[in-house]
Amino acid sequence: MSMHRSHILICSGSNCSHRQSRAVRSRLRQAITETGLEREFKVIETGCFGLCQQGPIMVIYPEGVHYCRVQADDIDEIVQTHLQKGRVVTRLLFKSGTEQSVELPKTAFYQKQKRVVLRNVGLIDPENIEESLARDGYQGLAKVLDTLSPEAVIAEVTNSGLQGRGGAGFPAGRKWEFTRKAPGDQKYVVCNADEGEPGTSKDRLILEGDPHTIIEGMAIAGYAVGATKGFIYIRGEYQLSLQRFRQAVAQAKEYGLLGQDILGSGFHFDIEVRSGAGAYVCGEETALLNSLEGKRGEPRYKPPFPANFGLWGKPTLINNVETLANIGPILIHGADWYRSIGSPECPGTKVFTLSGNIANRGLIEVPMGITLREIVEDIGGGIPNGRHFKMAQTGGTSGGCLAVQHLDLPVDIPHLAEVGSSLGSGALLVVDDSHCMVDLARVFLKFFAHESCGQCTPCREGTTLLKRLVDKIASGSGTAADIKAMRRLSTTMQMTSLCGLGQTVPTPVLTMLAYFNDEFMEHLDGGACATGVCRAAVKGVV
Amino acid sequence: MGQSMKSMQELEAIRERARKAMQVRQNQEGGPVISVAMGTCGIAKGARDVMMALVDEAAKRGLDSVVVTQSGCAGYCEHEPMIKVQLPHQDAVYYGSLDERKARDVVARHLVQGEIANDYVLQLPGGEPLA
Ligand SMILES: Cc1cc2nc3c(=O)[nH]c(=O)nc-3n(C[C@H](O)[C@H](O)[C@H](O)COP(=O)(O)O)c2cc1C
Ligand code: FES
Repeated sequence: MSMHRSHILICSGSNCSHRQSRAVRSRLRQAITETGLEREFKVIETGCFGLCQQGPIMVIYPEGVHYCRVQADDIDEIVQTHLQKGRVVTRLLFKSGTEQSVELPKTAFYQKQKRVVLRNVGLIDPENIEESLARDGYQGLAKVLDTLSPEAVIAEVTNSGLQGRGGAGFPAGRKWEFTRKAPGDQKYVVCNADEGEPGTSKDRLILEGDPHTIIEGMAIAGYAVGATKGFIYIRGEYQLSLQRFRQAVAQAKEYGLLGQDILGSGFHFDIEVRSGAGAYVCGEETALLNSLEGKRGEPRYKPPFPANFGLWGKPTLINNVETLANIGPILIHGADWYRSIGSPECPGTKVFTLSGNIANRGLIEVPMGITLREIVEDIGGGIPNGRHFKMAQTGGTSGGCLAVQHLDLPVDIPHLAEVGSSLGSGALLVVDDSHCMVDLARVFLKFFAHESCGQCTPCREGTTLLKRLVDKIASGSGTAADIKAMRRLSTTMQMTSLCGLGQTVPTPVLTMLAYFNDEFMEHLDGGACATGVCRAAVKGVV
Repeated sequence: MGQSMKSMQELEAIRERARKAMQVRQNQEGGPVISVAMGTCGIAKGARDVMMALVDEAAKRGLDSVVVTQSGCAGYCEHEPMIKVQLPHQDAVYYGSLDERKARDVVARHLVQGEIANDYVLQLPGGEPLA
């Protein structure tokens, strides 16, 4: 058994990797060898700590001291001061505003979070299955195979109130039940890890930090719906996720936690890893299925739904990464425990990628029902550079744009729906008062016009028309009739688009028109853009 | 090394082993802690060997929950290497002028048997043990 007195964890999440965490790690290993401390200290790569903006992050146990923004040049001091003499290197501790902290879990950033999905991320070595096992990985699967019928598993998931975390928020248990009841001898489980939403990287960081929890979730789902084969569709750019997941699948097979007769239960389940090619629409479940089949990634008409007619026409359960990450804990601790977290109408937690004009950008997990203000001010650390809060867009580019009056709104599926927004994919973009909403609308619509797959007319034409209208308004030559046209077009797209892409493009448009109406109005009939952003940006566009 | 598990019992056994290997990272608040003074003076007099002996002895005796950590110089350079043993709900005990053998002895007597190893307890100039 390893005798290491101390474990040093370094974040190898993709955000920290961009900030040279690999160089930090190799320098640390080298320095430890040079000073003859290798029997004492073990260096481990781990997943995202959430405070990516202050990365690369390093934590030294048993003391639990966290260092931020560590670079290779800092290693000599860390070794000489901390590793050799047990003294803390104060200048590398976490600092935000007036707050300084030795242990990240004691900071305001962490205190209001609740980690269910991310329970192991930043704590285990994701490339070592035994560390997952030590933290109750596969315990849910073992319990299910040992003691529960598929129907009982579905009942537990249904009672937990878990809703899909991929965007649509469909009750997970019901989807499982539809798939179980669908006639067919071959069924499939598909994990949607396409994550094409701009500003979102939660699924990536979950996969990088704790791949085994997804394997476990998929295997439990397979048992429940009657599938022996699973596919995971991981976005092609996510090289580290792909590599870690493939490695995790291989380890799970080696340990007998995937494959034939898992844990002697007679249940077989296997997972195949596929990589996507980076089209936004391929995250839409039926487009994803087409892509998995080797066809063009275009959405299908629904119904029939994938639960009845999915991959190669077989009943298929398709769930998001984060949805599946909740399954293990729900089966270990039970539906009542899960319901004790979050709000009564919307149990559990939600993982967000916090981005934009906010002090602590990164990855957070909060109980459903927390207010927007708590996320922005307490966890996010507020708006930096002396600016003020202007807008928060929940749910990614296709989510609603909320304003100051929504800061005390509980963030969960029903409350966001009330104000015309959604949780979507868990992107949370915070925008300060230096930005113009008309200009932002242009940015969003440019994205959609580019990503529309072109299959259905309302979405293909609608996204382009909307973009032209906003360009016109930004240029100062818009009129009240153009705003009216935007509203009408949006309603048409909501009602007639083939898939969720075209149906949700109007969400940001309509919420902007509702909550930032004055700002649109002031651009009309030659009016000026108060922030001065538009005139500069649209020169030559219209 | 991996092994293909075929039963719940095997899974439980591996889980137990894996938990022990990760113990250092669990929240140990309130558990037994030994801290070794790691000032320049301590290191020069062999504090690092003392620490490795403590870690090794604790591991050999299956004391998984004991945390061995290090602290700065305590200002009693002539008594180095010195350590502090803090058991839950008890006063801290300081030991001084240790070597590897004495360190192992402290683990055996204080942590396993629960008796203070009086002969190594650090004496202050006035004769009072430092506590
Ligand atoms: C344009 C578009 C893109 C989508 N992208 C994703 C995605 O990247 N990841 C995802 O899980 N769901 C995405 N969805 C939602 C999926 O269609 C589907 O609802 C989801 O994978 C179901 O899983 P869940 O019930 O666990 O949320 C997208 C939907 C649309 C319309
Ligand atoms: S990727 Fe390192 S803290 Fe997020």
